[in-house]
Amino acid sequence: MSGALVAYRWEVRKLLSQKRTYIGIGAAAVLPVVFVTVMALQKGGPYDAPLGHNLRRTGLALALVVLTFVSRFGAQLAVALVAGDIVANEHAGKTLKMILTRSLRRGQILAGKTLASFTYVLVTLLALGLAGLVAGSIAWGFNPLTNLSGVQVSAFRTLWLSAAALGVFALPLIAVAAFALLLSTWTRNSAAAIVGTLVYAVGQEAIGGLVHQDWARHYLLSDQFDGWHGLFMSPVAWTPIIRAIWVSALFVAVPLALAWAIFRRRDVADD
Amino acid sequence: MPDERPVEVRGLVKRYGAVTAVDGVDLTVDAGDVYGFLGPNGAGKTTTLRILLGLIRSDEGEARLFGRDPQHELPTALDGVAGFVETPYFYPYLSGRKNLELLAAFDRDGGRKRIDQLLRLVDLERRADDRVNGYSQGMRQRLGVAASLLRDPRLLLLDEPTNGLDPGGMRDMRHLVVRLSSEGITVLLSSHLLAEVEEICNRVAIIRTGRIVYEGTLADLRASAGSNRYRLRTTDDARARQILLTHPEARDVILGGDELTFSCAEAEVGGISRALVEGGLGITALVPEELSLESLFFELTEDEPQEAAA
Repeated sequence: MSGALVAYRWEVRKLLSQKRTYIGIGAAAVLPVVFVTVMALQKGGPYDAPLGHNLRRTGLALALVVLTFVSRFGAQLAVALVAGDIVANEHAGKTLKMILTRSLRRGQILAGKTLASFTYVLVTLLALGLAGLVAGSIAWGFNPLTNLSGVQVSAFRTLWLSAAALGVFALPLIAVAAFALLLSTWTRNSAAAIVGTLVYAVGQEAIGGLVHQDWARHYLLSDQFDGWHGLFMSPVAWTPIIRAIWVSALFVAVPLALAWAIFRRRDVADD
Repeated sequence: MPDERPVEVRGLVKRYGAVTAVDGVDLTVDAGDVYGFLGPNGAGKTTTLRILLGLIRSDEGEARLFGRDPQHELPTALDGVAGFVETPYFYPYLSGRKNLELLAAFDRDGGRKRIDQLLRLVDLERRADDRVNGYSQGMRQRLGVAASLLRDPRLLLLDEPTNGLDPGGMRDMRHLVVRLSSEGITVLLSSHLLAEVEEICNRVAIIRTGRIVYEGTLADLRASAGSNRYRLRTTDDARARQILLTHPEARDVILGGDELTFSCAEAEVGGISRALVEGGLGITALVPEELSLESLFFELTEDEPQEAAA
């Protein structure tokens, strides 16, 4: 097994042993249930949200509507809690000097941490998707969905499109994780990395709100959280999806390159 | 590279801003040594060990472990080398055994099969499956030794290994170091405890404010002090004092307690003892006064402002 995979495997085991890991995953799993419960207790709902008009008609819309709600802040917070801590807690716990004196290279250790952070993003979204599917289907049934172009889509096709939508949504969220990892490496302070990541995410939202030129807004990370909408148009709008892929990739590559540059040369001494 | 020295350091310098923590350090540790790296807190011991383990980069100089440079040849430079700086730290939410399994995995599963054996060796077998956050300082220290031995090292770098241990734990740790040495492991051990170094080390380096002020054996260190002071007991110390005071080669004669002390050149001791006997005295003891290691240590490490960082 390559060194990075060894580090990855143990990073995942370490994450599984820490309470903070379950905060984001637990919230992602609970949120759709809360959403359904609140809607059951009152009339109306967020029908103006993308695909919101499907709520109460099909449970398949639930996870996608919740995704819109968490895309502005909640998802970033959940990711920052883990990715912002993953290097910094080794400094705080003084365990970094222990693992750096073994047989893995620094780059392999950082790669393991990066992959574990990205895995966490995917697991969190999976928890949200599965909980949304189960809670939504129980409450409103497994019915066809009317897409953003007003075309009815079969339940099974919607299921596949929802999985793809979670995948597209994961890309900018992974970019947020990459930034959190950079701050975690750079500041060596979990709190600073988590808060810094939230400022970064909210800052992109704010800039997106201020900038009226579409060409500029489209290249902000915040805009890529809506890229999955293209899957629910007829025909499928590939432009926002492809843009979400390459813009997110850019927002992943730059922080990771910086994190690697810092991590591989950093003196590991007690501050 | 079996012929290379375990540790060879030349002109090592590490600066933190305006502070020079390590200032031209030279060290040579030969195979089989239990080498004491002695100095007060903040003298530069830990910084030197961090450089040797590749945790920090030196600004100048060269450090080699079995001929390999830990600054540029990691992780291969640490092949056959293990140790820890300051207190060994572990993941508190994992058990002692899981921590060792993690470290074995990070060593490409090199020591995985020896985990049970090592847990027995450091007397942690019964607590191996408890989380480390419930371990005492001594248990963590012992787990640190087990973690080091997982690598089946030829060279152990231990930074203050008895730190935080109770007297029994300190004794056990010293016994363990002696035992490891007898099994052929070279040990470089930093400490500020003189008794510890005196008990288990065959060679020492003493560091003060980032500079080595002595390197060699403890016997040579004592000899180098060259006090030329002697302790004398006779059948009549008061009369002996009178004789010494009139002898041209005896100086600084002091009568205190049940003995006399005086200074003179080694070549004159015979003449002085003859004068005492000719004065009708019986000499019951005449021995050179040996400076304690402690006084030598303080002589070498004090009276200079503490500038260096740990």
